[in-house]
Formats: sequence, structure tokens, C-alpha cells
Amino acid sequence: MMTRGAMIGWAAMLLGITIVWGIQVFAIPWTDPYYADIVVRVGMNLLAVMGLALVLGFTGQFSLGHAGFMAVGAYTAGALSLYAHVPPPVCLIVGGCAAAVAGVVVGLPSLRLTGDYLAVVTLGFNGIIIVLIQNAEWLGGAKGLIGLPTFTNFGWTFTFVLLGGISLRNLIASGQGRVFEAVRDNEIATRSLGIDTTRAKVTAFVIGAFWAGIAGGLVAFHRGSIFPTQFQYDRSIELVAMVVLGGTGSLSGPLIASSVLTALPELLRPIAQYRMVIYSLLLIGMMILRPTGLLGARELTEVLRFRKPVKA
Amino acid sequence: MTVFFQQLINGLSLGAIYALIALGYTMVYGTLQLINFAHSEVFMMGAFMSLYLARWTGADQNPTVASVTLVILGTMAFCAALGMTIERLAYRPLRKSGRLNLLITAIGVSMLLRNGTLLVCGPLASFPTLLPAAQWQLAPGLTLRSMDVITLAVTLVLMVLLHHIVERTQMGRAMRAVSHSRDAAALMGINVDRVIAFTFALGSSLAGAAAFLRAVDMHKIDPEMGTNMGLKAFVAAVLGGIGSIPGAVVGAILLGLSETFVSGYLTSTYRDAIAFCLLIIILLFRPSGILGKHAPEKV
Repeated sequence: MMTRGAMIGWAAMLLGITIVWGIQVFAIPWTDPYYADIVVRVGMNLLAVMGLALVLGFTGQFSLGHAGFMAVGAYTAGALSLYAHVPPPVCLIVGGCAAAVAGVVVGLPSLRLTGDYLAVVTLGFNGIIIVLIQNAEWLGGAKGLIGLPTFTNFGWTFTFVLLGGISLRNLIASGQGRVFEAVRDNEIATRSLGIDTTRAKVTAFVIGAFWAGIAGGLVAFHRGSIFPTQFQYDRSIELVAMVVLGGTGSLSGPLIASSVLTALPELLRPIAQYRMVIYSLLLIGMMILRPTGLLGARELTEVLRFRKPVKA
Repeated sequence: MTVFFQQLINGLSLGAIYALIALGYTMVYGTLQLINFAHSEVFMMGAFMSLYLARWTGADQNPTVASVTLVILGTMAFCAALGMTIERLAYRPLRKSGRLNLLITAIGVSMLLRNGTLLVCGPLASFPTLLPAAQWQLAPGLTLRSMDVITLAVTLVLMVLLHHIVERTQMGRAMRAVSHSRDAAALMGINVDRVIAFTFALGSSLAGAAAFLRAVDMHKIDPEMGTNMGLKAFVAAVLGGIGSIPGAVVGAILLGLSETFVSGYLTSTYRDAIAFCLLIIILLFRPSGILGKHAPEKV
């Protein structure tokens, strides 16, 4: 039996997808392509960030290799489309699954490693993926994989954003979501309750990687070309910054932060040469003045209803 | 056999540079438990400072022993001041908040310095040959460059100096105490803030020396030069056991040797992957690094 909350969620998703495609058909053709493009890029980052919010924000596993999962998804989807002429939506799903498999491979070392060491291993995984791609001639090597269909548009991007967002929201509200949070707050206490914490950590990695893979696939079909340098560790760090700025333990916070941080460099384009300096100053200032992030551990709905966060 | 010895020389020289940078990572980690992402940018700005000091002292036109020594000492002093400034302005206000926040701040500082340097100093500069560039043919196919000798000599001198500071001075003892337990050290009357500032100064000055040596060797400097070197040096610090000073040196030499041997015997395209593969393998079997202390998790 579905809970009431879950049913509301799925209903909202159906409505949302209808609205998204309504916008795609009736509004996008009349929008300035430049702004439409920014919105699509925001959407792709949203997908990658919500996966990381589950891994880092809710399960407390510090991953610095999330862009590596995006690379796996992007190159799987790209290669399938280029060599096997598989339709793009199928490529995206297969790319997401390939990234999920990579999530198992990276999630398993988290059996033994915690905190910073896990961060370094995931960083290393990201580096290895990039070197492997750069040396694979059939994936275009350092010159990049080009000639892919340009399939990503507003409609598809936000369909996936809605699917990902609502399924993650339901997951976090479920018993499994409580397990994730318990692992984050105190792993030893969780294990003493008879909960398989390893399984929980790997599960979080797999789900987070899946959505990063989908995001990577969308990136591949966005411009029709992908380059290994797009998925280097600085991208992973940027994603971590978005989650922490939005608030760890919140899903809507990171989503707001990633929208702002993706759009901000574009809005600062008139002062292009200073924009990265301003961006980094904002990051430092935000951390010093509001260390819990934008929403802390709360969701946007709780903030809007002025509900106090539940004390741990 | 000549290939072996040639790669041994190259590996030791590269490892020495990694070691100088890795020490900064490991010492800061020892006191603050922070991966100081801005450290790679301290290294990069040290290279630019070297260039300006060389122009200012006239060492770029006519390098003398006195002016080159002035350049390297000036660079180290500048980096020490930069490291302390970063700590004072960006990290100290966050002393009480979570480690993740500190980490994001470090990332922000790194971005700020990289892009600020790009804005002020431009994307690329050529670096003058400040050190004698002699080569000795030891055997057919085996050359020893004066650059390698100087790099190893400078590194060795700095290591001995560092060892003396850490093991024999009052400040060094305070540093070890803070890294052992910050709260207990504070209760014993140690000024923790001063010790942390000193740690940043010490680590950053070593990065300054590394920046000078690297810049002379590469003949060109750019604002991105810190990113890759910093990442490798950090990996070296983790390999050796982060927080451990001898560990950082062992990890750096190991990393330098494995990188040059892979590019010498196999292919140089996989050179960057070897660092990470080595890292993952070692961490899987020895989660706290080669010389790191294994701390059991306490409830």
C-alpha cells in the first residue's frame, strides 16, 4: 500500500511532467535560446546534485568523485548512441545503470574507509576514469567524443529532474531514508541496532551514481560532444560545494544552491573577468557567515511553513 | 640498466618536489584535520613571486649566487606570509564549525587565488634559467642534470632543518602536542592559534621552495600549475599516512619513483593514473597509509 505522502508525490510528478512538456511545446520555441540553454544546464546540474545530496547530505559519505559517475554515464550513453544507434532515452537509462555499477565498485571500499580517506579514494576513482577515457581511442580520447545527436532539451531534462526529485524525496521519507540518516549521524550506534550499514552506504552510492549517470548522459546529448576534461575532479568539487551550500540533510536546499550557482556565472557575464573571483568570495563568505548552508537540515516546505526542525 | 638508473634519478628529483609540497598538506592535516586545498595555490603563487623577485633583483639577467639565494628565501618568506594570511582570514573564523565547512572554505580560497592570479598575472609567463643547467654523461643513455642535484640538495637541507624544528625546538614540541590532542595542548597552556599559524607558515614556505625549483625546471609558469602538482602531493601525503611527517616524504618518493618508472618502462599516457591506482591499492590494504597510526574508532 502506498502512503498518502507517496501518492501525493507521484500525482505531483504526473502533473509536473505535463506542465514541463507544456512549457517545452508552447513556451520554449519563443524563449531566447541563450536563457533556455541556461535553464537546461541548471536542470542537468540539479540531477547530479540530488544524487550527491543523498550520498553526502543524508548518508554522510564524503564523495569527491561524483563527476566520475557523470563521465561513466555520459560516455556509456554517447558510445551506445554512436556505435549502436540506440535511441537517446534508452542510452540515458543504460548510462545511468552503468554509473550505478561504478557506484558499487566505488561504494565497496567504503566498507573499510571513512571520512577523508573515502574522499581521497573517490577522488582517485574520478582521476582514473578520466585517464582511461583519455587513452581510449574509440571514445575519442582527449579530443572528445563528437557527432552525438543533440537530443537534450528542456522537456527531457526536467522530466528526469522530476522523476529523480520525487523518487528521492519518497526514498528519504521512507524507512530506508531513516537508515541513511542514522548511518550519517552515528554509524556504530546504527550497526548496534542490527542494521547493515555497509549495505546502506553502498545503496546510497548506487542510487546517487545512477542519477549522476543520467545527468552525464544528458550532458552528452546537450551539445552533441563530450570531453574528458568536463568531468574532472574540479566538477566533483563544485557539486560538493552546491550540496554543502544548500545544506547537508536537505534535498531542496542543494537544489536551490545548484540553480543559483549554475546561473550565477552567467548572470555575472557582463563583468566576465571578475566573475570567478566573485563566485569564490561568495562561497567563502557564505561558509563563514552561514555555516549550516542555505536551509540547514530543513526542506523548503518546512521553511515556508515556519516549522521548527525536529531536534535530533 | 641505464634506463633503470635514469628513471631512478628522475623519480627521486620528482619525488623531492612532491615531498616539499606534501609536507604542507600533512602538517596542516595533523593540526587542523583539514585537507588544505589552498595549499596548491600557495605553491603556484610562490612560482609567480619567484619570477617577480628575479626581475626585481636582476637575477633574470645576471644570476649570481647572492641574488638567486635572495629569490628563493624571498619566495619562501612570501609563501609563509600567504599561508598565515589564509589561515587568519578564512580558516580561523571557522574553528568552531564543522570540518565540511572548513573544507568548502578551502576550496573557495583555492578558486579565489587561482582566478585572482589569472586576473593579475595573466595566463602564462616564461621563467628565466636561474640555476646552472649543466649535464653530465655518466654512461651512454644516463645523464645527470645539475637541476636534479640542486633539487635533491635543497630538499635534503630543508628536511634536516624541518626535522630540527619539529623535534628540537619549543615550537616543534608544541606542534606535536597540538597534533596529538588540540584540547589537551590548550589546557597545558599552549597558544593553539599561534601554533596553527606557525604550522601554516612552515608548510607554505616549503611549498615556496618547491615552487622555485619546479619553475626553474619547467621554464614556464601558469595559474593552473598548482592544481595537478597539489593533487599529486596530496595523494603522496595520504599514501604515507596523512599527519605523519616522515610518511609524507616516503609517500612522495614512492609516488615520484612509480610515476617515472611507469613512463620509462610502460607508457607515459598512464602516468597520471598510476598515482591513483597506487593510492587505492595501499588504502585498501592499509587504510591509514604506510606510516600512519591506526586509530581505532571510539564510541
